[in-house]
Amino acid sequence: MSGLMQFDLVSPEAALVSMEIISVEIPGAEGDFTALPQHAPLITSLRPGFLKVNSNDGTKEYVVSGGFVEINATSTSVLAEQAFERENITKDIIDELVIDAEKALANCGEDSRDALEKRLYDTKLLLDFLDF
Amino acid sequence: MPSLKDLKNRIDSVTSTRKITKAMQMVAAAKLRRAQDAAESARPYADRMSAVMGNLASGAGKSDSAPKLISGTGRSDVHLLIVATAERGLCGGFNSSIVRLAKSHIEKLQSVGSKVKIITVGKKGREQLKREFSELIINHVDLSDVKRISYNNAKSISDDIVGRFEANEFDVCTIFYNEFKSVISQIPTALQLIPAVFEETEDVGGDFYDYEPDENEILTELLPRAMTTNIFTALLENGASEQGARMSAMDNATRNAGDMIDKLTIEYNRSRQAVITNELIEIISGAEAL
Repeated sequence: MSGLMQFDLVSPEAALVSMEIISVEIPGAEGDFTALPQHAPLITSLRPGFLKVNSNDGTKEYVVSGGFVEINATSTSVLAEQAFERENITKDIIDELVIDAEKALANCGEDSRDALEKRLYDTKLLLDFLDF
Repeated sequence: MPSLKDLKNRIDSVTSTRKITKAMQMVAAAKLRRAQDAAESARPYADRMSAVMGNLASGAGKSDSAPKLISGTGRSDVHLLIVATAERGLCGGFNSSIVRLAKSHIEKLQSVGSKVKIITVGKKGREQLKREFSELIINHVDLSDVKRISYNNAKSISDDIVGRFEANEFDVCTIFYNEFKSVISQIPTALQLIPAVFEETEDVGGDFYDYEPDENEILTELLPRAMTTNIFTALLENGASEQGARMSAMDNATRNAGDMIDKLTIEYNRSRQAVITNELIEIISGAEAL
């Protein structure tokens, strides 16, 4: 279990990060997990949360609002709806995410209500973890 | 025969027209670069999305329990056409080529008895379609205040479409836009959004990946997102195409204005000479008569 793997963080509007990393902590929809090189191929969706990237240059944290991730033995690709560097994040950004989530919940049908309620809850949780 | 004064005015007006078209060409060139950059930076996401969707679709997409967005309603009676055009004119055949493609589709669909509904994106397409199909247009998306197309623009369109699909308003949805090939070539394209079509990847089989939550749930969650991505890509391509088309149209206009100025200048000089010759003749014949 050694070596590095390719890590890509892309949002619909831009490719944000592309580098070699040691490991990455991912806020999966069904729970947090860490991906190391030689991980079994996996596709999972993300919940709003923190993405922690460990590379030789140190640790970097990102906040993602949702999306999904594709992992295989040599690379991890995170396709985030929106992603921000932790140090650049402001309360306004999170507030906006909360408003978006509330709006989506207000307009949704019965099928997606559970998922959207969870999204709103997870988004609000971000506020507790970040100190403003 | 226009007088010297008329010609002079003509030349002045064409010269200022040339200045304007030249300026528009430069602006379009600058905007084109920005639009291409935007399209370029959106590509990694779109590529990965379609790769993953291809994977998923080849597995779960074929099962009976597949989400409706991918399997369709089983009918093709009501078609929803999204016609994406520009907000502004003066870009050559850009808008009319999309509208022409959409029109031929509408006529084909109507001739086999399908019902057609239209959502227009961009003012120009709506103006052109309103003449013939005003009763078919069910919504219009106004992007005239949007400087840079963002993912959220695409998302609101896609949410609208999904909402209408869930309310059984239509069976098949297709988007019309111009694909950007180069500055001089934009290809009007029709892309089917619902039922979603994905290229199936062959190198990694659908069973290769683990899915969490299960395949169907992921597919249900990703499909609207994949559709938004498709719309977003279409809008970006359209944006780049529009600027490309405008650039070459304005380049042509500038060149034509230049030719016209040359022609008018020659005519102006000729008639100036004719006037001088005339005056000389009058003076000489006047002197001879004395």
